[in-house]
Amino acid sequence: MNAAKSTMSAIAVTAAGRGLLACPACELVSRPPTRTSSAVNDVNDEGIACPRCGADVHLRKPESIRRTWAFVLAAAVLYVPANMLPIMDTNSLFDAQRDTILSGVMYLWSTGSWGTALIVFVASIVTPLVKLIALACLTLSVQVRSTWRPLLRTRIYRAVTIVGRWSMLDIFVVTVLVALVQLQSIAVISAGPAAIAFGAVVVLTMFAAYSFDPRLIWDPIHSENADG
Amino acid sequence: MVDETPPATTSALAPPPGDEIPQAVIRTRRKWPMMLVWLVPIIALLFGAWIGITALRERGPMITISFKSGEGIEARKTRIKYKNVDIGEVRDVRLSEDHQRVVVSAQLSREAEDLLVEDTRFWVVRPRISGGSVTGLGTLLAGSYIGMDAGKATAPSRNFAGLEQPSFVNRDLQGSQYLLRSEDMGSLDIGSPVYFRHIQVGQVTGYEINPDGKDVTINAFVNAPYDKLVNPNSRFWLADGFDITLDASGLKVNTQSIVSILLGGIAFEGLPDVDPAPPSPPNSRFDVFRDQGRAMKASAMGAEFELVFKESVRGLTVGAPLDFRGVVVGEVTAIDISFDRVARDITVPVRAKLFVDRLRGQRGRQALADGTPFDPRTFMDRLVARGFRAQLKTGNLLTGQLYVALDFQPGAPKAAVDWSHAPPDFPTVRGSLQELQTTVASIALKIDKIPFDIIGQRLAQTLENGNKLMSQLDQVTAPEARAMLSDARKTLQSADKLIEQLGAETAPEVKAALAEVRKTMASIDKSVAQASSPLQRDLRDTLREVSRAAQSIRTLTDYLERHPESLLRGKKEDGK
Repeated sequence: MNAAKSTMSAIAVTAAGRGLLACPACELVSRPPTRTSSAVNDVNDEGIACPRCGADVHLRKPESIRRTWAFVLAAAVLYVPANMLPIMDTNSLFDAQRDTILSGVMYLWSTGSWGTALIVFVASIVTPLVKLIALACLTLSVQVRSTWRPLLRTRIYRAVTIVGRWSMLDIFVVTVLVALVQLQSIAVISAGPAAIAFGAVVVLTMFAAYSFDPRLIWDPIHSENADG
Repeated sequence: MVDETPPATTSALAPPPGDEIPQAVIRTRRKWPMMLVWLVPIIALLFGAWIGITALRERGPMITISFKSGEGIEARKTRIKYKNVDIGEVRDVRLSEDHQRVVVSAQLSREAEDLLVEDTRFWVVRPRISGGSVTGLGTLLAGSYIGMDAGKATAPSRNFAGLEQPSFVNRDLQGSQYLLRSEDMGSLDIGSPVYFRHIQVGQVTGYEINPDGKDVTINAFVNAPYDKLVNPNSRFWLADGFDITLDASGLKVNTQSIVSILLGGIAFEGLPDVDPAPPSPPNSRFDVFRDQGRAMKASAMGAEFELVFKESVRGLTVGAPLDFRGVVVGEVTAIDISFDRVARDITVPVRAKLFVDRLRGQRGRQALADGTPFDPRTFMDRLVARGFRAQLKTGNLLTGQLYVALDFQPGAPKAAVDWSHAPPDFPTVRGSLQELQTTVASIALKIDKIPFDIIGQRLAQTLENGNKLMSQLDQVTAPEARAMLSDARKTLQSADKLIEQLGAETAPEVKAALAEVRKTMASIDKSVAQASSPLQRDLRDTLREVSRAAQSIRTLTDYLERHPESLLRGKKEDGK
């Protein structure tokens, strides 16, 4: 482990390490303005733009950990009502039904649609939860400057950002059903309060993932290297 | 947040050749406050809390309801409805601790909380066809649900015992309930309609068998404006199906409505010709009669009597009318047989209900409605003293149905109502047909006793004897008669001779006399012609005398001609 780390850090030359800024849009490497060279090292390195394309450039994403925490916490708070409250109200001629995500999964499972049940379960319950846990762990590990398996953590982060947009499956289903099943007096489907919460959870986790700066994972290793 | 700071390596590492790397530009922008990002979780928290609180507020109390059977109740599926509005959901179905009942836990919505008081009722609604309507049709597809009726008590409750029979009447429905006593349920069921003049005004809401097992009590609910129509003069009857009666009054078919033919029902109406009485209070008791006719016949003043008949009551049925000159005033309620120890005779006591007030007519009904005191005993005693008796009569010659006729029998032996007997003994007379039958029978018996065979023999003998007598007479008397006849002829001949002789003797004398007369006449004529003189008057007198003489001669000759024997025997003395 130590060996792998040292080999990796031996060849590691980062833009930040060289006191340079990498543009996230056009990948142009630039020097921070000399006048504010002290400010470059400051946390609030906002207001610096790429000389070529004008995108905001930072050494590291500003307020990354704080913002990530905020979004993760907000998502976690909303995760509870998203799963506890009904996401869909079905009012048919003979019956009125309020389904939570879990009851929908249970219904699908009990009626034999195991595959669908599994997909909904994974996409709507497991994924947001795993995302929240993963982001929380990543943020925590960065905050304590952990040097544990940076490569794995970076992969986890990539997975989280990729998966993020697919978690809206439930919202898609509800939206489509609400739009389609509007047969007044026979059957009406309307979105429940959980739909808002669930949508918010997905959006907030995406924001959290966006706020997180994966480069922070590697910073402790560099500083350790530099110290060593 | 120092840990975010990238490693300060700028001093350690030499910067790359400055010309190749451009310098970033500084853009002045308005900075967001650092702490603004924490608004996001705060908003999320508020939002989550708001959603959660709303959901919790919507979620009302948990209640438990116990039922005998959990048929059709499913956890998380069966709904609880009040006035057909969804107010809750069954969360759990379990057996009670003693395994006797099913305990249903249900989550009710917030707005239902006020409705959950001690006398709130719950029942399971399953599809059923009754009471003229198909109810719970929705439950066929969506499954049963639990119906609720809010109570009126104030003490809140969370544990309820469910009704086994659905309630059709909500407590807030205006109207009154009445208790009807009936011999049986007929085809009634909960929800069966109650009719007033063929309009549905209520329904049956429950029933129970009375503790003595003799009859049932039906709870009938009459909706609000119509419950005023129920008064002490109201009569209820079962309006189920066809009512075909073949009795002394003939064939009758009665129906209420097509629905009631199929489903049964109860109908009520006020007694005719009675002024409306004030409405009965709720939970008043009424009797239910088998049909309209009986209901209308029946009356509060109907008194039981026992009519003891000694003849056959074949053709008399329970329900047969008591008839006073064509007006039904009662009905037969029971027919029995009893042995009279004193008279050592078997009699047929017929129990009958007599509506005494009907005999009193309009005045009686009015008195009944007014509640004027009336003593049926003295009334009946007076009637019976005047010869009021019961008598069996044939109502229908085809069917041989009998009815009891009440009427005054002027020649009836003295009798009185035996009030000591229970029910009182009402005097009877033999039926008119019966009387006739016995008379005919006794005549026939007497005729039967006449010895026609002997009479015939005797008659034959008599005729024979007569014949003999005649022939005997013929033989004996004929010669004698002949002799007698010849004698008669002889007598007549001699009489003839005598007359001839008389003629020969008297004729010349008569002739001479006539000549004399003629002479006289001529002389008279002369004298008359000469003058009217005393001679003439004398002559006239003489002539009168002569004509008289001639007349008597004629009479004599006549007589002699007819009775020649008078010459011999003299003139016969006949009474003339």
